Amino acid sequence: MTELLGIPPQVLFGQMLIGLINGSFYALLSLGLAIIFGLLNIINFSHGAQYMLGAFAAWLGLQYFGVNYWVALVLAPVCVAAFGILLERTLLRRLYREDHLYGLLLTFGLALIIEGSFVHWFGVSGQPYAVPESLQGGQNLGFMFLPTYRGWIIVASLVVCFGTWYMIERTRLGAYLRAGTENPQLMQAFGINVPLLITLTYGYGVALAALAGVLAAPIYQVSPVMGSNLLITVFAVVVIGGMGSILGSILTGLLMGLIEGLTKVFYPEASSTVIFLVMIIILLVRPAGLFGKEA
Amino acid sequence: MTLTKKLLATAVMSAMAATSTLAQAGQYSDDEIRVAYLADMSGTYSALSGPGGLEAAKMAIEDIGGSINGKKITIVSADDQNKPDIGANKVRQWIDVDNIDMVAGMVASSVTIAVNKVVEQKNKISLVSGSAASSITNEYCTPNSIHWVYDTYALAHGTAKAVVQEGGKSWFMLTADYAFGHALERDVEKVVQENGGEIVDKVRHPFPTSDFSSFILQAQGSGAQVIGLANAGADTTNSLKTASEFGITQAGQKLAGLLIFLNDVHSLGLKVTQGLQLTTGFYWDRTEETRAWSQRYFERTGRMPTMVQAGVYSSLMHYFKAVQAADTDETQAVLQQMRDTPVNDFFAQNGKIRIDGRMVHDMYLAEVKKPADSTNEWDLYKVLRTIPGDEAYRPLSESQCKLVQK
Amino acid sequence: MISKSDNPKVLYGVLLGLAILAPLAIYPVFLMKVLCFALFASAFNLLLGYVGLLSFGHAAFLATGGYITGHILTQWGLSTELGIIFGTLAATALGYIFGKLAIRRQGIYFAMITLALAQLVFFLFVQAPFTGGENGLQGIPRGNLFGLISLQDNLSMYYFVLAIFIFGFALIQRTIHSPFGQVLKAIRENEPRAISLGYDVDKYKLLAFTLSAGLAGLAGSTKSVVFQLASLTDAHWHMSGEVVLMTLLGGVGTLFGPVVGAATVVSLQNYLAQGPLGSWVTVILGLIFVICVLAFRSGIVGEIQKFMRKNFE
Repeated sequence: MTELLGIPPQVLFGQMLIGLINGSFYALLSLGLAIIFGLLNIINFSHGAQYMLGAFAAWLGLQYFGVNYWVALVLAPVCVAAFGILLERTLLRRLYREDHLYGLLLTFGLALIIEGSFVHWFGVSGQPYAVPESLQGGQNLGFMFLPTYRGWIIVASLVVCFGTWYMIERTRLGAYLRAGTENPQLMQAFGINVPLLITLTYGYGVALAALAGVLAAPIYQVSPVMGSNLLITVFAVVVIGGMGSILGSILTGLLMGLIEGLTKVFYPEASSTVIFLVMIIILLVRPAGLFGKEA
Repeated sequence: MTLTKKLLATAVMSAMAATSTLAQAGQYSDDEIRVAYLADMSGTYSALSGPGGLEAAKMAIEDIGGSINGKKITIVSADDQNKPDIGANKVRQWIDVDNIDMVAGMVASSVTIAVNKVVEQKNKISLVSGSAASSITNEYCTPNSIHWVYDTYALAHGTAKAVVQEGGKSWFMLTADYAFGHALERDVEKVVQENGGEIVDKVRHPFPTSDFSSFILQAQGSGAQVIGLANAGADTTNSLKTASEFGITQAGQKLAGLLIFLNDVHSLGLKVTQGLQLTTGFYWDRTEETRAWSQRYFERTGRMPTMVQAGVYSSLMHYFKAVQAADTDETQAVLQQMRDTPVNDFFAQNGKIRIDGRMVHDMYLAEVKKPADSTNEWDLYKVLRTIPGDEAYRPLSESQCKLVQK
Repeated sequence: MISKSDNPKVLYGVLLGLAILAPLAIYPVFLMKVLCFALFASAFNLLLGYVGLLSFGHAAFLATGGYITGHILTQWGLSTELGIIFGTLAATALGYIFGKLAIRRQGIYFAMITLALAQLVFFLFVQAPFTGGENGLQGIPRGNLFGLISLQDNLSMYYFVLAIFIFGFALIQRTIHSPFGQVLKAIRENEPRAISLGYDVDKYKLLAFTLSAGLAGLAGSTKSVVFQLASLTDAHWHMSGEVVLMTLLGGVGTLFGPVVGAATVVSLQNYLAQGPLGSWVTVILGLIFVICVLAFRSGIVGEIQKFMRKNFE
C-alpha cells in the first residue's frame, strides 16, 4: 500500500474530512463575525456566548417544552437573534461613533455576564443532547465510517454559508448592505433606513452563531463555556481571512479546519495552537489577511 | 510608637508559634476546631466533588455532634477553580488569617500538590480525596498530607490489568496532555507491558478538547484491541460519546476508561457506557453500610455519592475521631493518632495510613451494567471483584517518597 | 488651600504612609497581590493609555517573568533579587520580539497579533518541561534578600514588594513626564503628524512596548516569589483580558487609574468569592465592564479628576 506523508491515504482522507467538519463550524461562526464587523465595525466578543446560547436554547427547548431538533434548528437562532437585537438596540448602538476597541470591550463584558450566569445556573459540566433519530447511524465510505450527523453538518453549514454569500454579493438587499458598509451617510440620504439595516445585520450574524450552536449540540456537550475557547480561534480565522471579507471568512474557516485536522495527526499537542501560528505568518506576509483589501 | 510595637509583637508571636509544637491534651487553637473544604465548586470536576463533597463534610460534622470535647467545629469552603495559584493562595490565607486546622477535599492534582506545599510549610493537615496523581504520595509526598480515595497507580493496576488478562493485549492510549494524564499513561503502560500486552500507539490531546473525532479515528486506524482513555471529566465523557458515535465497539474494539466516576456514567447513560470496566474506591450499592450512608446522602442532595464525596466524609470522620482521642487539635498529635488507628467505616475496612501519606484500602473492579439489567436510575455498576489494598497501591519498596526509609 | 505644585507631593506622602501602615490592618499577602497586579496594570496602561496600543497578549510577559524567576530560584539557588532581575530581563527580551513583530500593525490587528503571539507562548509553557505544565512551578523559595534578610516572613516580604512597586511606578511616572513620554502622547493623538515631524514612530513604539513588557515581567517575577508558585493562569488569555478590565475600570491614561482598578478587581475576586455572591463573580466583573464602557469611559480615577477639575479649578 502506498503511503502519503508517512500515513496510509485512508487515514489521511478520514482526517481531512473530519477537519472539514470542524472547519464548517469555523466558517459559520467566522461568517457571522465578519458580517457584523463589516457593517457595524464591532468586534463581537460575545459571539462565543451567542453560539453557546444557541445550543442551550435547543437543549432547554427539548428539556422543558419538548421542542424537537428540527424545530430548534429554526427557533433557537430566531430567539437568540432577538436577544442580540435587544442588545444592539439598547447597548451597542451607543458606541458606533467610538473607537472599535470600546465595542470589543463592551461585548467582552456581555460575554462574561452571559457565560457567568449560565455557569451559575447549569454548572460547567455539559448537558447531553441526543442526535435526532433520522440522522443516527452512519455510512461506511471505504476509507472511514462517517456518522450521518457529521455529514449533515457539512451540508447544512455549506448551504447556509454560500447562501449568505450569494445574498450579500448578488441580491439587491446585499447591495444595500455593502453600500451601507462603504458609506452610511449616502445611504441614509437615499432614504434607506440604515439603523434598521444595522440592527438586522447584527441579528443575522448572531443567528448564524446560534445556528452553529444548535448544530454542535448533539456532538459536543452543551456547556456554558463551550464558546469561550472556540471564540479566539474563530477570531484568528476572521483575521486570517481578512476582516470583513465574506467569502474570505467562509473559505478560511474551512481551510483552518483542514490544517487543524492534519495537525491532529502529525503533532496533536499543538492542534489548538496551530491556527495562531498561521495567523502570525499571514499577518506578517499579507497584513490585510488572505482575502482582505489593503487599506 | 505603635507601629514598631505592633511589628515587634507580630514577630514575637510568630516566633512563639514556631517553637510551641509540643501538644498538650485539652489544648485547642482558638478554642475551636476549624476545618476547611477546598474543591472545584463550579468547574469540570464539580459534579464529582464540589457542593456534594461539602454536603458530605457537613454530614460528618453533624454526625460527630457539631463539637468535640466541648469544642465547636466550624467549616469554611472555597472554589479553587482547578487553578493551583487560587487554591494555594486560599489555603495560605485560611491558615494565616482564619487559623484553620486542616483542609479536606481537593480535586485537580495540580491544586493538591500546590496546597500540600503550603500545608507542610505551615504545619497543618490536608486530607486529599479528589485527586488522582499517585505522585502526591510519591515524589511530592509530605508528612502532613493523606491521600484517601484512589490514585493513578491503583486505577492502572485495577482496570488495565483486568483488561489485559481478559485478552486485550494491544493498546492505543488517548492521553490528556498534562501531568495527570502523563502519570496515568505511564502507570498503564507499565501494567500492560508487565502482563504481556503492548502499547501500539498513543496520542496526547490538548486539555481540554471538545472534539475527539480525529483522535478516535486515529485509534480506530491503529487496529489496537483496546483504546485506553487516560483523561478525566468532560474529556472522558466526550471521548466516550464520540467513540459511540463512530461505532468503535460495534467494530470490535474495546474501550478502557481509566478514570470514570459515577456521575460520568450517570450523565452519559448506560447505552453509551455499558460493559465498560473501571476501578473505583467506593460504590454506593455494595454493602449494607454503604447503602445506609448513601441513602442518607441521597436524601440531602438528590444524588448518589461518588467515591470522592464518600471519601470526604470518611476522611473527616477519621480526623474528628483522632481529635477526640488525642484531645487536642495540634497537628502532629492528631496525625499520629490518625496513623495509629485503622480506618473502619462504611468506606474502608481496615484501611491504614502509611508513612508516605497513602491511605491503603481495598479497591473494586466494576463493570457498567447493561440498560436491561439496571433497576433504577443509580443502579449502574456490577462489582466484579475486590482488589486488596496491598495489591492495588504502589508498595513502599517502589516509592520515591523522601519519608520512606530504605 | 494647598497650592497646585505641592499637591502631588502631599498626595504621594500620604499614600506612601498608608502603604507602609496597611499591613497592620490588612492581610499582607492580599496587599502584595494587589501591588503585583497594580504594577502589571500600570505597565499595561503605559501602552494603552500613553501610546494608544491595545495589547491583548500581556499575560505572556507576566507569565514569562514568573516562570523564569521561579526556575532560577528553584534550580540555580541564586538570591531572590537576582532571580527577579533575570525574570524581568527575560520578559523584556520577549517584549522586544513581540514588539518587533506587532508594532507595524494598528488597532484590532495589533491586538490580534499580540493575542496570537501570547497563545504561542502559552503553548510553549504547556509543553516545556521546566514549567511543570498544568501543575505549575511549585515550591519556589522566597529566599533571602541580598543573601541576608529572610523573606519568609510576610511583613518583610511585603516591604520588599512595596519597594519594587514604587520603583516600577516611579519609572512609569518618570517615563510619562520625560520628553520620550511627550513623543509617545503625540503618537497617540496623531501618528501621521508625529511622523511628519520627523520622529521615528516605530522606534518609539517599540521602546515603549519593550518597557511595558519588562515591567509586566517584573510584576510576574515578584508575584511568583510572593506566592511561591508560577502557573498557567498567568499565561492564559483571560489574564490579558483581566488587565484590560483593571486599567479600564481605574482609568485609562491616568497614573493612578490602573492601581485603583487592580485593587478593586483583586478585592472583588478575593472577598466576593467567599460570600454568598461567590458564583456571581464573573457576572459582576462583566457588569462592571459594561457599565465602564457605557457610562464611565474615563474610569474611577478619570471621573474623579474630571469632577475635581470642574469644581475646584
